[in-house]
Amino acid sequence: MGLGLGVMRTIEFLLLIIAILSAPVLSDLILSKVERRIDLTSQIARIASTIKAENDGSSSVSEILLSIPEVQAKNLAYLTAKLVEGKGKAKTSGVALAVEPANPKGMPPALSFYTMILPKPLANGDSVTLDVLAAFTHSLRPFPEKITQADIQLVVFQDTAHYLSPYPVKVQSLTLKLPDARIESYTKLENTKGLGSEIKYGPYENLPPFSYSPVAIHFEANQAFAVARELVREIEISHWGNVQVTEHYDIVHGGAMSKGEFSRLDYQSKPQIRGASAFKHLVAKLPPRAHSIYYRDAIGNISTSHVRGDSKKTEILIEPRYPLFGGWKTAFTIGYGLPLQDFVFESEGKRFLNFSFGSPMHDLVTDSITLKVVLPEGSKYLSVSTPFVVQQEEEVYYQFNALAMLMEPFMLITGIFFLFVTCIIYVHVDLSISKSSASYLAKLQWDDVRATVQQIQNTVNQCLSTHEKLEASLRDLSRTGDVQACKAARKATDGLLKELSKELKPLISFLQSSPPAAHILPKVEELVAKERELQERLMAKHSTIVDSYEKKLGGRETENRVASVQQKIVALRQDIEDLMEYIDEI
Amino acid sequence: MASPESAVNGPTMTAGAASKSLRNAFGGVIAFIILVLIGVLAFSIRLFSVIKYESVIHEFDPYFNYRVTQFLSKNGIYDFWNWFDDRTWYPLGRVIGGTVYPGLTLTAGTIWKVVNSLNIPLSVETVCVFTAPIFSAFASWAAYLLTKEVKGPGAGLTAAALLAMVPSYISRSVAGSYDNEAVAIFALVFTFYLYIKTLNTGSLFYATLNALAYFYMVCSWGGYTFIINLIPMHVLLCIVTGRYSSRLYIAYAPLVVLGTLLASLVPVVGFNAVLTSEHFASFLVFIIIHVVALAYYIKGILSPKMFKVAVTLVVSAGLAVCCAVIAILIAVVASSPTKGWSGRSLTLLDPTYASKYIPIIASVSEHQPPTWPSYFMDINVLAFLVPAGIIACFMPLTDSSSFVILYIVTSVYFSGVMVRLMLVLAPAACILSGIALSEAFNVLTRSIKFQLPGIAGNPSIAVRMWCIMSTSKENGSSTVVAPNDIPKTEEAAKEKPAKKNRKKEKENVEKKPTPSKTEKRLLVLPLEASVIAVLLLVLLGAFYVVHCVWAAAEAYSAPSIVLTSHSNDGGLHVFDDFREAYSWLSHNTDVDDKVASWWDYGYQTTAMANRTVLVDNNTWNNTHIATVGTAMSSPEKQAWEIFHSLDVKYVLVVFGGVVGYPSDDINKFLWMVRIGGGVFPHIKEPDYLRDGQYRIDAQATPTMLNCLMYKLSYFRFVETDGKGFDRVRRTEIGKKHFKLTHFEEVFTTHHWMVRIYKLKPQRNRIRGKTKKSKSSRSVSSKRDVRGKRNPWH
Repeated sequence: MGLGLGVMRTIEFLLLIIAILSAPVLSDLILSKVERRIDLTSQIARIASTIKAENDGSSSVSEILLSIPEVQAKNLAYLTAKLVEGKGKAKTSGVALAVEPANPKGMPPALSFYTMILPKPLANGDSVTLDVLAAFTHSLRPFPEKITQADIQLVVFQDTAHYLSPYPVKVQSLTLKLPDARIESYTKLENTKGLGSEIKYGPYENLPPFSYSPVAIHFEANQAFAVARELVREIEISHWGNVQVTEHYDIVHGGAMSKGEFSRLDYQSKPQIRGASAFKHLVAKLPPRAHSIYYRDAIGNISTSHVRGDSKKTEILIEPRYPLFGGWKTAFTIGYGLPLQDFVFESEGKRFLNFSFGSPMHDLVTDSITLKVVLPEGSKYLSVSTPFVVQQEEEVYYQFNALAMLMEPFMLITGIFFLFVTCIIYVHVDLSISKSSASYLAKLQWDDVRATVQQIQNTVNQCLSTHEKLEASLRDLSRTGDVQACKAARKATDGLLKELSKELKPLISFLQSSPPAAHILPKVEELVAKERELQERLMAKHSTIVDSYEKKLGGRETENRVASVQQKIVALRQDIEDLMEYIDEI
Repeated sequence: MASPESAVNGPTMTAGAASKSLRNAFGGVIAFIILVLIGVLAFSIRLFSVIKYESVIHEFDPYFNYRVTQFLSKNGIYDFWNWFDDRTWYPLGRVIGGTVYPGLTLTAGTIWKVVNSLNIPLSVETVCVFTAPIFSAFASWAAYLLTKEVKGPGAGLTAAALLAMVPSYISRSVAGSYDNEAVAIFALVFTFYLYIKTLNTGSLFYATLNALAYFYMVCSWGGYTFIINLIPMHVLLCIVTGRYSSRLYIAYAPLVVLGTLLASLVPVVGFNAVLTSEHFASFLVFIIIHVVALAYYIKGILSPKMFKVAVTLVVSAGLAVCCAVIAILIAVVASSPTKGWSGRSLTLLDPTYASKYIPIIASVSEHQPPTWPSYFMDINVLAFLVPAGIIACFMPLTDSSSFVILYIVTSVYFSGVMVRLMLVLAPAACILSGIALSEAFNVLTRSIKFQLPGIAGNPSIAVRMWCIMSTSKENGSSTVVAPNDIPKTEEAAKEKPAKKNRKKEKENVEKKPTPSKTEKRLLVLPLEASVIAVLLLVLLGAFYVVHCVWAAAEAYSAPSIVLTSHSNDGGLHVFDDFREAYSWLSHNTDVDDKVASWWDYGYQTTAMANRTVLVDNNTWNNTHIATVGTAMSSPEKQAWEIFHSLDVKYVLVVFGGVVGYPSDDINKFLWMVRIGGGVFPHIKEPDYLRDGQYRIDAQATPTMLNCLMYKLSYFRFVETDGKGFDRVRRTEIGKKHFKLTHFEEVFTTHHWMVRIYKLKPQRNRIRGKTKKSKSSRSVSSKRDVRGKRNPWH
């Protein structure tokens, strides 16, 4: 079961501004002091403003408006406001204020407004201090737009030196913090100071509402301009103890486009100069106790990654397959498992997953993120709380019966059990459609015939072995000359053979009576006949030899007398074997 | 010849039968467990590549198969049959559905579909990676069945165990090596099994199954021609040696009829199943077997005298028909230029053929003849066991054992022609070695058992001995009377000893004429000798196992797209340059850009980088490959023109000079020259050789030093170490400092193994330049020259 939360963080909030003035609402408020600090050391422009507002009018004010030019507003990634309590050194930032997009009437177009709702209305003459933090992505524009491998990357940042506000501002100043590198140029107004990597505008005093004074700063910025054009995160919960996170990144270097050649030689010999604008690796900060971490793309594992972990975090440094120059793209997937008890909690019969919403990568701008939460089968009563404007966490509530996690193993066991049961049934059940059908009866009969033939063969074999005993007795006779013993053996075999032939009779008669045996019958009869003949011959031979022993005839003479019989015996034996084999084949 | 067991006399029989059936049941269960374990072994020994490297598709052809499988699983079977691939062989394209053996793809696609319909979410890649190990388990089971039909279950189990880990087969079926051969060897052995089964039973059911198995084989691999030639050869052998029977007819005739019909259903075979010479042998034998069958029939219904008359009649008529058919065949064959044989088949018949006429076949390393060590490497001790197995097959020679002998003989020949066909030899070697080992163990353990004092007192053995003793004399006489008598195979397996033993026994008989020693069948070796021999055989088997595991782990598990090397301190260094380059191409070039490279990298480029290529490993169009070869061996400007005319945007070369990767493009370059020169005669091999030697140092010819391949490989190479020392060729390069005029370097991987260049755009014509007429004339004259050299203008 998937729960999709598609959120476009940057360009959600569009305003329609109707240009009708309704000044009285605003005129009461005065911003007595505004301090702005803009941090441009990374690709994200972070603007921290401290605003002191004073109610100058008669009625109390419960909300304060923030205005942002629409050009910038579409790059707004993050906006929070906090109330500052206390004075001087004891300042502490307190309650976070609700910030909502607003659409006040009568405002100039091309401005977006946000309203901060104060916890208690501001009475006449009272003042309040606010910390407003805003982050903008894509606000550093590379200039020139295309550079070669050897060039450094220069970017332009544009803003206003005067705080753009619907209220009059008494005192204000602006500080820009740039990376420690070359500053190409910046707009010089009155009261502009450049101190190393800092540029300061102001203080300016007593400016009317909506005063605007554009400034542009052109400076070198070689930090990673990693932009995830698309990020898909999948969080899969297994109640066997694991939360599996899979993140698919589609990364592009968002800085100045690279043009012309890429020389590996230059890049390898002087990476600081001939590859200054490229970035080699990204760092992701994963939760502690992350395990089974993998890093791969569509064509397999990427071997260039390092994992470092301690009790507070797991840091993974990943290198894409190749260094990324301006405009180069790459895509990869990272995945890791997390212990269940760290992220899924239980309260009042409900379970909830508490998980950070955004990407764990450092300094990565995400244009579009899709978050999927996969809950185990059998989860019910889902609800989601994603106050992500304030918090970077989201919570998914659901109900899940612990027994349900035994369902799949149970299904597997049942499946295999039924497989075996089916096998047993199949083996033991007669699947013929009709018990009285001709073919079925024929099969039964044929089985009988086969059994009978088998019996006949066995009997014949026994006969043959009895013959051999007889022969053995003859051999003994020739060795010892003990005629009596030989005669005794003869008697025993005679009895045995008679019994055997008695056994044969009903079998043969059964074969004669059953029609399917028709084609085998002649052979069987022949076999029995031959066997009988063989028996007779053997008896004859035996009597002859015994006879000649009794008459004390010479060995040669005996042999002469037996010779013809002996030949017959051999031939018959051969015939019998052939027949047996033939019957076997049938 | 009656078996000794059947001669047991009355009272002991029932007890004997009961114990026998119990023993059989136990044996069945144990055999089943052993078979399962063999399957597990076959599967798991192939997982070294996944454990040591990763679960990834290997090498070149598997990438194509993987891509086709992806297409199949995404678009379904009908789109697959109709798939015209425009991302390869630009601008010609390739009809994949009609030119690919679909067996492997359909198999993996089906597995994927079944698994996914059971809600097991495996990716297509995972299924593809593990298809080969699964099918090697099947192949060893098929080997068990086949050998069981020939020589009984003992030999079957031994053969299956040997096949499960034979290195030759492992080399083609490790996890990730998703190639046709992986399933084809199973299909091959299984087809042979069904043929033997049909031959032994004469059942039409098995004959039909046999045709279906043959159909699967045709679907899977071009090697099916081996089957359709080997089986007719065996049938012919049987007929010639007077072993014709109705069983033989049932085994063969349905196979030819059904098999040919089914084979022609496979698009890549189609009418080739009746038109090419590879299949003619089967039709010829088909005719012969009918003539023979007719002769036997007539013999049955006529009296001997009449039969003699009829023979003359039939023979003359049959000869006339045969002559007519042969004449037609010869006419058909002679009308085609290659005499109806495909290039690879001709190479098999005449090993020097490819090197003489088709350099593109000869250029592939797996089409080279193997060296002696590669036999030891690939089949190891089996090479020594095979002769013993052949001897065992001759005692007694049955229909099925003669087939096995024929199989080993032909496959040894074929493996001697092409390394690749070692794969066909491997199952045959395993089967025969299995027979040999099993027979040897049989004799030795029986002798031990017979002589051990504790067991001799066992009543059942005593009874058996008695029976054997009593039958011995008669057996002697009966064998004299009927020497052609063929015992059942299973009994034969138990009773046939080695020749040596027989001799020894005869001596024994002469010395001590007591009845217990007179028997001929129960051959007994001295106790000590047999114990030692058993130990030696076990040692031999152990050596084989050790070798196989080593081969699977070290020699054959590298995926070849990732290379690793161990540094001195034991660390592992990974060279992942190929995927780095393909990944760069796939993400940073336009989706319709054309990439030119030597054909080896075509499949990988289309599969991994998803870019259109000019040529790939399916070398169906020699001219197109020759064009790329020509471009690579031409000077920069001409090469640019050829590539430009083919819409090429990027040129990819593989270069190992920095890290010492030997199979790079410079080492393959002479083949490019040869293949290019074969079609475009202005490329001459001697121009690239100095005194017949291929070199790239200062002594190299100017043609060599100015050709595109040299320049793209060594561009700015000298700046890496200041001298330009090539670690593969172990020499300093000849031309060190040069600039590219028509190409620019756009990407080089971390270890320089893959370098990608972009064609520079055409220079703008400068307007208002004087001598307009002259320049235009020179352009046109140039174009004329180009027209001759470049086939695409």
